[in-house]
Amino acid sequence: MTDRGPTARPMRVIVCIKQVPRAQELQVDPVTQTLKRVGVPSEINPPDANALEMALRLKDQHAAEVVVLSMGPTSFDESLERAVAMGADRSVLLTDRILGGSDTVPTAYALSETIQKIGGYDLLLCGEETTDASTGHVGPGIAGHLDLPQITYASEIRIEDGRVRARRTAEDGTEWWETTLPCLCTVNFGCNRPREPTLTGKIRVERGGVVTHWSCADVGIDPKKVGLFNSPTIVAKVDTVRLPTRAGRIFSGEPKETVRQLLDSLIADGVISP
Amino acid sequence: MERFDAIVVGAGPAGSSAALTLARKGFSTLLVERGRAPGVKGMFGGRIYAWPLADLVPEWAKDCPIERLVIRENLAFLTEDASLTVSFDSPKLAQGRGTSFTAVRAKFDAWLAKKAQDAGAMLVTGIRVDDLWREGGRVRGVSVAPNDHVASDLVVIAEGAASTLVREAGLKADLEPREVSVGIKETVELPAETIQERFGLGEKEGAAYVYAGHASMGLRGGGFLYTNKASVSIGLVVSSEDLSRKKVEVQDLQTKFRMHPAVQRLLRGGKVVEYSAHLVPELGAGMMPQLSTDGVLVVGDAAGFLINNGYTFRGVDLAIASGIAAGEAAEAARSAGGMSKVNLAVYEKFLRARNVLTDLERFRRAPLYMKNERLFDVYPRMLMEIAERMYTVDGSGKERLFDVVLDEASAAKVPKLKMLLDLLHGAGSM
Repeated sequence: MTDRGPTARPMRVIVCIKQVPRAQELQVDPVTQTLKRVGVPSEINPPDANALEMALRLKDQHAAEVVVLSMGPTSFDESLERAVAMGADRSVLLTDRILGGSDTVPTAYALSETIQKIGGYDLLLCGEETTDASTGHVGPGIAGHLDLPQITYASEIRIEDGRVRARRTAEDGTEWWETTLPCLCTVNFGCNRPREPTLTGKIRVERGGVVTHWSCADVGIDPKKVGLFNSPTIVAKVDTVRLPTRAGRIFSGEPKETVRQLLDSLIADGVISP
Repeated sequence: MERFDAIVVGAGPAGSSAALTLARKGFSTLLVERGRAPGVKGMFGGRIYAWPLADLVPEWAKDCPIERLVIRENLAFLTEDASLTVSFDSPKLAQGRGTSFTAVRAKFDAWLAKKAQDAGAMLVTGIRVDDLWREGGRVRGVSVAPNDHVASDLVVIAEGAASTLVREAGLKADLEPREVSVGIKETVELPAETIQERFGLGEKEGAAYVYAGHASMGLRGGGFLYTNKASVSIGLVVSSEDLSRKKVEVQDLQTKFRMHPAVQRLLRGGKVVEYSAHLVPELGAGMMPQLSTDGVLVVGDAAGFLINNGYTFRGVDLAIASGIAAGEAAEAARSAGGMSKVNLAVYEKFLRARNVLTDLERFRRAPLYMKNERLFDVYPRMLMEIAERMYTVDGSGKERLFDVVLDEASAAKVPKLKMLLDLLHGAGSM
């Protein structure tokens, strides 16, 4: 399955990241009702940044090698360079026009092929989902293609004797799961605070050569399995919710009096009972 | 560990000039800037005297982001509601090495940093250098975090007025309130055509104003106004000692200054689009740190290179000239065997060759002279009274000018001898 080399080499962690429009600066075009992406500054998908931080902590603890992987246009170099400036060792961008329009099925396939080409991995980390699509499919999809055990929504990872113990955030509590390496974990959004780039890291980026570009042909990806026409899902329609306008009443006067007015008003509207 | 021949901290005019000069002289150079881009943290009044640019980038006028070339200088005295302005207008102000222009720092600093990059310097932004990195007691580079050091033979400190590295290097004690003023500036947006009509300027022409007297409401300091392409920079530089002693908020002063009828007239219909404040080194030659030590040179505001003689405010030109001098000093030190304290002491010679230290020393007494509160209160008021009596014709009997002057001088309640001394002292220090 993987071409793991001699055991003397450091643990290799591959982190999959996506570059997304910065959420708080996103605007909806008032006419077309679609997301305006042009001119919006980009960032590393925030859950992916948590995955990267988790990998960098493993690097701090276990001297792991951290390789960052993304798939997309060359404008994604910006995020890969930031990842290296934060401390990743190197990065790979799978970039090819024929990948355009791929949904999560071809994306998981193409990334798993690329991960096999990088090879020698012990741990794969992905963010739990992206902020621009929110499917959460790609991480589990990669685990499926590579036939790896996976732990989703991990908020803490410990590596001991070739095994992984991960704390998984579930809806009604936390669970501890354990499995063998190699494996894939998707990382819980907000579980850590991603570090800032270092001066040394930024200098490495400036010196160049920290992002390797691969095409589908370089990796050996089947063109018949990727792109818009090989993606089973299509976005049929986007509806935006129009927020109702609010009345916005302001009560003025002495605090005691205004609180009374507010309570009376809430009671009158049936929001609370007297 | 990453290693460079020289690291310049701060990509303002001083830092970028140093990096450009060093790179040209074959030093592998790293230029580190705290802001996300050069100039975004920079603040100044608004005008640059161009002379050192001609030495640094001979073709500067081709692509330098100039707002307007200053062709008119104004010195205005204010009382509560009146103003007396001396205006000097000459095309010669915008010719040759004496040219000065208004600029926006975000554009100008980015332009100059790009020149340094083009010459081979590496620019890294968004990193604040907290510390010097030492080995065997000597500065060997910079330190950002416990595991984030970068080594170099030379560190050029170009951090600006509130430099922590200058103190870190042991070149200066903490800043004292009397050494710095607070600069405050608002950018007021106005259409270019309105600026041209209102100030009587051509398309590329600009005006500069220095305000004395009531601009700073009796506190030591003054006001300034510069015309940009489609905005006006207006602000105050006020003694921080006076601000704290008289418990005045600088933003209140600025609002009152902006609302003065003589100022308001120039800004009418404009919109405040930017607001900034910054420390301004005030004592010039009187507050200079030690300018060099083993592996360290200090340039620009960090070195206190600012001249305020009452009618010209100079900072950026001295910053650029000191950056060039730092590059020249590094080259000389390299030829002499390395970046030791002894070899780098040659920096002073290069600063003198560019008249930086010479001018600073010449105006050494100007800050002390301008501590004289009579300049900001009594004399402007006196001038205004004289002007009012000169120009008022109301049939109540007109006096001769000489009598008016004598009369007002007596009314000012300052002994005539003291007034004469103030005048002579002023002429000598300004």
